[in-house]
Amino acid sequence: MIDLTKISLCDLVKGIKKKDFTSEEVTKSFIDNEKKSKKLNSFITTNFDEAIIKSQTFDKKKNYSGLLAGVPLAVKDLFCTKNIKTTAGSKILNNFFPTYESTVTANLWSEGAFLLGKLNCDEFAMGSSNETSFFGNVINPYGDKLVPGGSSGGSAAALASNLTPATIGTDTGGSIRQPASFTGTVGLKPTYGRCSRWGIVAFASSLDQAGPMTQNVEDCALLLQAISSYDPKDSTSVNVKVDNYSENLTDNIKGLKIGIPKEYRVENMPDEIDILWKKGVEYLKDAGAIIKDITLPHTMYALPAYYIVAPAEASSNLARYDGVKYGHRAKGKNLIEMYENTRSEGFGDEVKRRILIGTYVLSSGYYDAYYIKAQKVRQLIKKDFDESFNEIDAVLTPSTPSSAFKVGDKKDDPISMYLNDVFTVPVNLAGLPAISVPAGLDKKNLPLGLQLIGKPFQEQTILNLSLAIQKRAGFKKSIKEWWK
Amino acid sequence: MSIDKDIVKHISKLARISLDDKKTDGLVKDLSSIILFIEKLNKLNTDNVVPLTSIINASLKSRADEVKNEKIRDQILKNSPEKNEEFFVVPKVIE
Repeated sequence: MIDLTKISLCDLVKGIKKKDFTSEEVTKSFIDNEKKSKKLNSFITTNFDEAIIKSQTFDKKKNYSGLLAGVPLAVKDLFCTKNIKTTAGSKILNNFFPTYESTVTANLWSEGAFLLGKLNCDEFAMGSSNETSFFGNVINPYGDKLVPGGSSGGSAAALASNLTPATIGTDTGGSIRQPASFTGTVGLKPTYGRCSRWGIVAFASSLDQAGPMTQNVEDCALLLQAISSYDPKDSTSVNVKVDNYSENLTDNIKGLKIGIPKEYRVENMPDEIDILWKKGVEYLKDAGAIIKDITLPHTMYALPAYYIVAPAEASSNLARYDGVKYGHRAKGKNLIEMYENTRSEGFGDEVKRRILIGTYVLSSGYYDAYYIKAQKVRQLIKKDFDESFNEIDAVLTPSTPSSAFKVGDKKDDPISMYLNDVFTVPVNLAGLPAISVPAGLDKKNLPLGLQLIGKPFQEQTILNLSLAIQKRAGFKKSIKEWWK
Repeated sequence: MSIDKDIVKHISKLARISLDDKKTDGLVKDLSSIILFIEKLNKLNTDNVVPLTSIINASLKSRADEVKNEKIRDQILKNSPEKNEEFFVVPKVIE
């Protein structure tokens, strides 16, 4: 019998429809696999009993109308799921059972999917290695000492080790694309406003977006289509028609103009990343694209600007965790002491750091020097892209400046951790869509990704370009299941 | 601008996070290196740049201000660590 956990999302949907196998068989296969894969620590909460019931109900009713009919999916534990614990990787939400469902997960369920479980992530999505989670590190299936990236590290690890057929993450500064790059999977951050943020635990509201993480580009197109929607409940959701990304997916990219920004050639970048980047250029040329050198002159300021804007918004968003309305509460002699102790006990070190930086840059006397300055820089970064997009259709860069690093390597040095996101952060500041597609292996046999950045709401273009790369790179997953 | 112990104590008070001395010392070091990093922006002249306040090329939509009787008090109170039938309960505020 074929291993149902190794089939792509598109083929699972087709196979269920053709009755090659049942939804229940698929669901039980993933559950069995997860039970043998506890060492990866990719799940925070499992929803196995309910998933089996949902699959049995599906097999009885056989309603094949949805894009994801009969498919079990695990999602990052940052999406509120009705009556199912939602922690955001934090102690402060360890007892939180939302009474509502996020729009993005509701979209999945209305397309016929159902919840398999909630996946580990960095606390409040703040991290690039999944080491800040209250529920412990996630391990990269590519090696027992490697981080899976972050913050959607549990999502990436579960996907790469076949514990869910596909998944969704969130991306504030690279949290979908960096872990996708570290685990040889595809991850797409949509245009700001493409997917609703309603019901997602907020980190930095002007940067956060939900997006698909999948085994290949075809699956990515399908899942993006399922989660995208206009949502009146999110005032920053944009009312643009959702394309039929799957049907329009093609590797015919002839004549598309691709920009290569020289500013992404950063100091100390390993040769292999540069070689991969050149290969990417060759793949796209081979597919008929036109390559142009471009300049994005303010790139080097993106990361410092991000570390003002994101913590500032986080410090404001996380003010709601006060031990009163929901979540963990500590004891205190009076109200203020109760707040202070609750937040001290409930938040981990990285979250505290960011709240304090955010509080500092917004505090009286510093607001103009830091926060307004960062917003001006953000304008310049957006302008760089806007001007380039007069000449080109998309930008090609590496996804990350290195492959997956070792657990503990960067944990005590916030700046070296932050530098992981040097290629992904500018995209969030400019609100653009971008995808990481696996394109090769480094000398240590670890996966490396290439990033394609598109114009606003041109997700189709970057999906098509990624398909052209996927077909030519011939990336093959090479995971030995050492944890079993 | 360097970060010292007094600044960390001040902002932790503003952020309502209690810190012991050991944590405060660690944060002086961490926050100083982060502030040094973000001050790279000072190299850039931004005098004539308009701050970006929204990434979407549209003004935020408004909706009719309608009274809805959703009767969701129980749902709202459900996750509270301390409550009675109608209210969130907090430590005494007024003596």
